[in-house]
Amino acid sequence: MAYGRGATAVKAIEEVTLDIAKGEFIAVVGPSGCGKSSLMRLISGLHPPASGALTIEGKPVSGPLKSVGMAFQNSNLLPWRNALENVLLPLEIVQPYRSGFSKQKYAPKAKALLESVGLQGFVEKYPWELSGGMQQRTSICRALIHEPEMLLLDEPFGALDAFTREELWCALRDLQAARKVTVMLVTHDLREAVFLADTVYVMSDRPGRILKRCAVDIPRPRDLEVTYTQQFQDIVHELRRLIGKH
Amino acid sequence: MDRRDFLVKVVSPTAFTVALFVIWELACRLLNIPLTILPAPSDTFAALWQYRAPIIDNSWVTLWTTLAGFLLATVFGLLLGIAVGWHRAIYSGIYPVMVGFNSVPKVAVVPVLILWFGIGEVPAVLTAFLISFFPIVVNVATGLATTEPELEDVLRALGASKLDIMRKVGIPRSLPYFFGSLKVAITLAFVGAVVSETVGANKGIGKLMLDAQAAFQVPIVFAGLLVLAVLGIVLYAATALIEKRFTGWAFRGQANG
Repeated sequence: MAYGRGATAVKAIEEVTLDIAKGEFIAVVGPSGCGKSSLMRLISGLHPPASGALTIEGKPVSGPLKSVGMAFQNSNLLPWRNALENVLLPLEIVQPYRSGFSKQKYAPKAKALLESVGLQGFVEKYPWELSGGMQQRTSICRALIHEPEMLLLDEPFGALDAFTREELWCALRDLQAARKVTVMLVTHDLREAVFLADTVYVMSDRPGRILKRCAVDIPRPRDLEVTYTQQFQDIVHELRRLIGKH
Repeated sequence: MDRRDFLVKVVSPTAFTVALFVIWELACRLLNIPLTILPAPSDTFAALWQYRAPIIDNSWVTLWTTLAGFLLATVFGLLLGIAVGWHRAIYSGIYPVMVGFNSVPKVAVVPVLILWFGIGEVPAVLTAFLISFFPIVVNVATGLATTEPELEDVLRALGASKLDIMRKVGIPRSLPYFFGSLKVAITLAFVGAVVSETVGANKGIGKLMLDAQAAFQVPIVFAGLLVLAVLGIVLYAATALIEKRFTGWAFRGQANG
């Protein structure tokens, strides 16, 4: 599949097939510029492929998928809305919530979601009053509020410090466990991928191809301690070797 | 307001303004400048008081023509700005024409307006409008055009239409730009109205100054200038206040990085 237009079109991805089961957590890792983000944008249907085809459950994808939630490295919160109003935003757009939307009606739902990621007491705060980690939690809540079938995360923790990042791993792990949502996480942090995902896909440099599909058979629920075990280290090491480069 | 704030926000501007008038007064007296060249503040204020009735009368006309032109510019500028920011094709289509239009000195347009609408308030209103809508259009369009693409993606992934994106993100986001441009526009509208009055009108501060100048009543000319300055400050302050009131989030956001 190529990405872009005309002469500037780059062949970003070559023959990628992802097998994603409902409720599965997959991670896609690879060197920067390997087309991980392109792949995600193609799956979301935001950017139709310039050549090639994208099918989900055998059906070609043409427009944005109905039931997808997205979060990026920047939280992209609206500065004129507080955390609660930011989380409510998708409900003002997506059916069936859209018709008959009122803030009172859905505020409890959004509050509960924010509380589930540890943001009780920050519901009424505006984005600039929240730390980077809190902003990112809010952003993930916004991606989940309309109960999408699939959550697409593009390096959501990339801009955070190491400790905050680990905290958010746990928050995401618990959210996913509680809601059984299908997650596709694009990242270049191998520990993050192995800690969170059921399956890790390793992509090669441009044009992106899947080099390996690696099932992580560390039992759940996983604790942060898991990241210091030999089994965990071995998987990370193996992935690192596949990506190559020094 | 603590002491430091009081010093910066009240004492400092007052002291500077008073000092300016004192220096002006002293210069006129010590250098013996004739009244017909530069009247001292005392003469100016005296003229202001003596001719207060016609000055208030004419200020009122200038004020309402400015505000009428400004209001037109706000509505038209906002609509055109949204249209220009809506789509690249509209943007590239309208932009050159607008830049060309804006480059024409508005003084040159006033005679045409007088030809069409006769001497009176209409040319003043239209000049105020013509001169002040451009910054509004440019600012609103810029606000819309600089919406983060990722933010648009978040909404488009939800199946949002272009109209949804505009309503939920584009327009609120461009409001600080819009209100910021109002401060520039109100000053320009004021300039436009006065310029039009000095070219041809039967009322207004500009007309009053023109008549006073013809009669060598220089203190009245300066009284007119003083009134213009004060009106300008008041109008600017009013729009600045509206801006703060409606887009506080943008200022607070900046203050906290």
